[in-house]
Amino acid sequence: MSAKIITISSGKGGVGKTTTVANLAVALASEGKKVVCIDGDIGLRNLDVVMGLENRIVYDLVDAVEGRCKLRQAMIRDKRLPELFLIPAAQTRDKNAVSPSDMVRLCDELRSEVDWVLIDSPAGIERGFRNAIAPADQVLIVTNPEMSAVRDADRVVGLLEAEQKPSPSLIINRLNPGLVKRGDMLAVEDIYDLLRINVLGIVPEDESVIVASNRGMPLTLEGKSRAGQAFRNIARRLNGEEIPFLELDAQTFWERLTRLGRK
Amino acid sequence: MPDTPLIQMKGLRDGLLVTLGQAAWPVLESALMTYIEKNEAFFKGARLALEVGNQPLKVMELSTLRDTLSERGITLWAVIGDSPLTQNTAQMLGLATRLHKPAPPVETQPAHQPETAALWVHKTLRSGVRVEHNGNVVILGDVNPGAEVIASGSVIVWGRLRGVVHAGAEGDQHALVCALDLAPTQLRIAGQIALSPRREGDPHPETARLRDGQLQAEPWKP
Repeated sequence: MSAKIITISSGKGGVGKTTTVANLAVALASEGKKVVCIDGDIGLRNLDVVMGLENRIVYDLVDAVEGRCKLRQAMIRDKRLPELFLIPAAQTRDKNAVSPSDMVRLCDELRSEVDWVLIDSPAGIERGFRNAIAPADQVLIVTNPEMSAVRDADRVVGLLEAEQKPSPSLIINRLNPGLVKRGDMLAVEDIYDLLRINVLGIVPEDESVIVASNRGMPLTLEGKSRAGQAFRNIARRLNGEEIPFLELDAQTFWERLTRLGRK
Repeated sequence: MPDTPLIQMKGLRDGLLVTLGQAAWPVLESALMTYIEKNEAFFKGARLALEVGNQPLKVMELSTLRDTLSERGITLWAVIGDSPLTQNTAQMLGLATRLHKPAPPVETQPAHQPETAALWVHKTLRSGVRVEHNGNVVILGDVNPGAEVIASGSVIVWGRLRGVVHAGAEGDQHALVCALDLAPTQLRIAGQIALSPRREGDPHPETARLRDGQLQAEPWKP
């Protein structure tokens, strides 16, 4: 095995990086891939909460880096999906506890053992961000259809270009088709127009995301939600499949009826 | 701490300035790290500005150094060098390239830019990138919001201009700013500042210049 290492970043906080990591990890693991997620947000960890593994943390990323435990001991196995692992962040330290070269070393160790490594980058563009992107083969940038989030994404794309990383891909999260249609939200084209990077997925706004992350049950684990479907599609695109984008038009009841009638 | 031929250090108001001598980069880098390791306690938590003379530094070299320094608790915030490559690298990595902000333009000594070679930028300038040039600047690509272009001469953007541009930054009243889509966050020519009005209709190429001391935009026609 030779793992692909993917870092999920955004610049701005609160756009859905952690949710994206948790859901992509679950989606990839449900397809039988061996997946390790790493929480890069040392000091403000929450990937463990979203994945519902908080109460099982014994060792963390910093313990592994500083040699207090073996890497394998810091990997928490998800009971629902036996091929899914989490390396949690330390809560009582800060970003300086780990260096970019530590991250590269750690990921190289994982490379031969798993299929995918997903790294949850902290918000910002400082040390934590640099730690997170150092080992990445590919970077996914999560943004919301909001000007401030898109500007920050643009800054991150610029920094990745400066570090000579391969061109990142974009995930547009929390799109509300109704608002876009009324002209009150940035459309996918507006975002692409500024960032000019490959759009890997569009995730519609969906209340069940919040419910799911509060319960520690990533959406993609069960069910039928639109957001869950969007994340599964992104995972399959990562695997190299060609999957068309979900149709996100906000349709009124009558539009739907006429459409049905035409078919 | 004695200075060595390769490393000289002095204190600044807000940090340390290390001046490197002439040698190959790997030699300088390891000399610097040895120097820092010897005085580890002194350097811990320091803000460091690095003067590298005409040493040309690539992105990999500078970003590696920044990471190594940051592992020792040292923040590299500025790299001052004469080589255009080094300046470019530092700007791309978001490091300062001079210790002090440049003085505001002096209106009284405008100098029309002679026909010097323009700086050729063949890429989109994204948020956080700053291009400074003593002369004219030609950009083949967009200037995104959050990017800044500062030129003592004119600025031509073959693309969309949505960031901040300052042409004639040293007082040249004849400087122009042209773009295929002129919609800057803010536009400055010499000492005048203008915000672009909300655009109506489709974008079209425009030129901005000073007329009777006022910034005006008009259709860009050859």
